[in-house]
Amino acid sequence: MIKKAFTKEHFVRWVLIAFALSSLLFLFLIFVFILAEGLPLFLKVGIGNIIGGFKWAPTKGSFGIFPMIVSSFLVTFGALIIGAPLGLSCAIYLSEYSGKKLKLFLKPSLELLAGIPSVVYGFLGVIYIVPIVRNYFGGPGFSLLATSVILGVMILPTVISISFDAITSVPKTYREGSFAMGATKWQTVYKVVIPSAKSGILASFVLGMGRAIGETMAVIMVAGNALRIPTSILDPLRTLTSNIALELAYATGDHRLGLFSTGVVLLVIIMTLNYIANFAIKRRVEK
Amino acid sequence: MSEVKKTVLLALMVLPLLFGVGCSSERLPTKKRAVTLAGSTSVMPFTEKLAEHFMVDHPDFAIDVQGGGSTAGIQACLNDTVNIGMSSRQLKNEERQLNQIIVCYDGISLVVSPHNPIGALSLKDVRDIFSGRIRNWKELGWIDRGIDAVTREEGSGTRGSFEELVMKGNEIDDGIMVQDSNGSVKEVVATDPYAIGYISLGLVDSKVKAVIIDGIAPTIDAIKLGQYKIVRPFLYVTHGELDESGKKFINFVLSEGGQKVLKKEGLVGAYD
Repeated sequence: MIKKAFTKEHFVRWVLIAFALSSLLFLFLIFVFILAEGLPLFLKVGIGNIIGGFKWAPTKGSFGIFPMIVSSFLVTFGALIIGAPLGLSCAIYLSEYSGKKLKLFLKPSLELLAGIPSVVYGFLGVIYIVPIVRNYFGGPGFSLLATSVILGVMILPTVISISFDAITSVPKTYREGSFAMGATKWQTVYKVVIPSAKSGILASFVLGMGRAIGETMAVIMVAGNALRIPTSILDPLRTLTSNIALELAYATGDHRLGLFSTGVVLLVIIMTLNYIANFAIKRRVEK
Repeated sequence: MSEVKKTVLLALMVLPLLFGVGCSSERLPTKKRAVTLAGSTSVMPFTEKLAEHFMVDHPDFAIDVQGGGSTAGIQACLNDTVNIGMSSRQLKNEERQLNQIIVCYDGISLVVSPHNPIGALSLKDVRDIFSGRIRNWKELGWIDRGIDAVTREEGSGTRGSFEELVMKGNEIDDGIMVQDSNGSVKEVVATDPYAIGYISLGLVDSKVKAVIIDGIAPTIDAIKLGQYKIVRPFLYVTHGELDESGKKFINFVLSEGGQKVLKKEGLVGAYD
């Protein structure tokens, strides 16, 4: 009987290992396929002409995605400008100020925000934010500003939950020490708690950036998708992700390869961001 | 954990593997006579309508209509992966080896918001707007406000025809907004009083206003008389000799019954 249970344990263990490794396999396969499809064009046209090129006319042989790289970063920073202060304030309030009952209600509702499909955010953007921008600020409404607002709200759950974890993991003794020195609550939060949780808070911003730069559906709907680098926050723009989703349906030949090259660039950017975030989180743990 | 629970858990873990195997045997070969079409998303909805009508009279046929865009449809036809390709633009030189059948004609209408007082433009005005030379409505005799022009994405058949019939070698400016379907262009124009875009004539309704071009309103009659110039053919293309089933479907499309279906959808018949 004992022996039987033992073999069963083994079996479960191996099945679990196989499944755990399969996720790694998927990651590897995604990598291989994107690189296999995207790299040939880099070799054919030249890395400089793709990453540094200003003109995107894939059916006429121009594959420059520089304006889209710039635009992707612009909407990401725009989202951060709106989402980071909001998210951080919310996390500070939740961990330091709010009562138990309010926290019990607030936290799940914020997590619900993460579960709303991005097409719904995009739809709300088209119906409300775009007309507001058009009527009160000018321009077509489909703009850097509208996209930043939508993405700023979309990254809130990421920013809040990760910086909340960072702030709550600051040892209680730090706060007590500060109070003992006669500091007020806000002085304690501002001078002691936030500096101690700094790397975790930064990681939450970086992961929020990763979320913003990878978002596609909502961005296509509100960004206007023009190919030029925007000169004001009211200009339309096209990000790397929306370029792929917008044109893939019709693309053949080199045009299709060009979209995969866009994917390669996106993959590199997102990997770099995640690496930075991991680095920040690790440093906090080591401290 | 009880034995039963353990077994259930194991079953759940192994289940996906079983499904993976199960899918392949799911599709049974049908004895129906199959015709496959793929291509332009502008032609697709009309072809689907035709296929519905055709299959009512010929229940032994299975007609499979897919999208993908004009270029993809033509490519699929060249590779013989589909029987018939659908295109909403003229064939390019290297594609001339295909046989083309004109199914019907579709006008492309310039549309603005119903709130826009401007109802008529010249073809040159339109070209200047989309190439970025005219950027303000003031230059066209309205208020001092930027023009929010909307075009279609690279590769779209509607964009291809627009470039050929309107732009005539001028490039569409990079600062112009891009939407990925007739529907989204119409939505932008319907909600933005300062917008201008172009969509298939069959899709124009009261939400947008069709612009008169060079004095000619985009109507079916004007297209039939040859007065309205922004017109493109909807093509079926075939590679080499088509099989009997395919021929039968095309004969239906070109017959009086088939053409009547197309005209009811706001298109102009192949013989008009």
